[in-house]
Amino acid sequence: MKKVFYLLPLALFACGEETETQEETTTEEVDSTEVIAEVEETETGGYAIGDMATDFSLMNVDDQMVSLADYEEAKGYIVIFTCNHCPFSVAYEDRIIDLDEKYKAQGFPVIAINPNDPEENADDSFELMKVRAEEKGFTFPYLFDDGQEIYPQYGATKTPHVFVLEKTAEGNQVAYIGAIDDNTNEPENVTVKYVEDAVDALLNGEQPSVTETVAIGCSIKTKS
Amino acid sequence: MRYFAALILFMLTACVGESSADESEDFVRVPKSIIKDQGIEVEVYDYDHIVPFLEKENDKINVVNFWATWCIPCVAELPYFEKLNQEREDVSVTLISLDFVKQVESSLIPFIIENDIASEVILLDDPNSNEWIRKVDESWSGALPATIIYNNNAKAFYEQSFTFEVLVEEVNSFKL
Repeated sequence: MKKVFYLLPLALFACGEETETQEETTTEEVDSTEVIAEVEETETGGYAIGDMATDFSLMNVDDQMVSLADYEEAKGYIVIFTCNHCPFSVAYEDRIIDLDEKYKAQGFPVIAINPNDPEENADDSFELMKVRAEEKGFTFPYLFDDGQEIYPQYGATKTPHVFVLEKTAEGNQVAYIGAIDDNTNEPENVTVKYVEDAVDALLNGEQPSVTETVAIGCSIKTKS
Repeated sequence: MRYFAALILFMLTACVGESSADESEDFVRVPKSIIKDQGIEVEVYDYDHIVPFLEKENDKINVVNFWATWCIPCVAELPYFEKLNQEREDVSVTLISLDFVKQVESSLIPFIIENDIASEVILLDDPNSNEWIRKVDESWSGALPATIIYNNNAKAFYEQSFTFEVLVEEVNSFKL
């Protein structure tokens, strides 16, 4: 008898696990000419650790142009490609503010850049960047990569995507590339704060022990 | 009693046979949870237990698409994966969603229903993305969408969006 009771739920489970029968779904015929351009060429460009990062002059949400060179006292920068629409960027907004508040005074300000083409997603328009910066009380510049010329040079592929730069005699040297920390969804369960660790190392005159990390993000929207 | 057990066993195999007719799975599924709503079940996996879906040993060309309902280019290309799954007997499509677990009932399941998604959708929920993204593919930056195409002989990874034509072309390149 025991055996039967053991098998019965197993049988039910096996049946329940059956995958949805393939129904005939109406797949929308999408104009193929329109989409072909969306296929991106794989770009292996972008910075590696140790490369010198380009400066830029991009419009901030306060309608002023901002460059890295404006920060004469800075020891380096936390450059974060982020945006309005991406849930992963939104999940990190408060942590980005915390980073700026913690490190600006120590010489590593956050510089946020929206790399997306707003024609691809209206939520990422310059006007809505202003709205979001105001709503969240961003303490850092939130710049618009108008024309999308800066993010490809850095090699940002997604939002959020962080580049920690150290100011050296030769230029702004890339010291860390990747994620902010090791848990996007649950800030309370973060165990490694990659960006903080990298900046702390630089402040101590050392190189970061972890220089590159990866995390899920929204691919950067480009003109098709 | 022995007969009864045998009968149950027969039923069990019958069920498995039916469900695996299309999947022909050679592994045991170990989801960490199953979220059910509106008649749809979504199995939630950590990375280690999603690996078998990336390494199926079968006679098909397996297409695994990493996506999320909030990812605009992912949603744009999803109909092509669906079309592929329906039109091609030699292809098996698995859609691995990276939606937040909290939003499965509010976003993912409604999306599956509204868009009549017939391919299997499973959820990957593993906070340690810095480790598992590299295991999926060394070259993956973590941007969505991303796709793996593989069979018993070869495997390719794509961090890009597809058109239906390009997707078919890539799949066909796996045919000897």
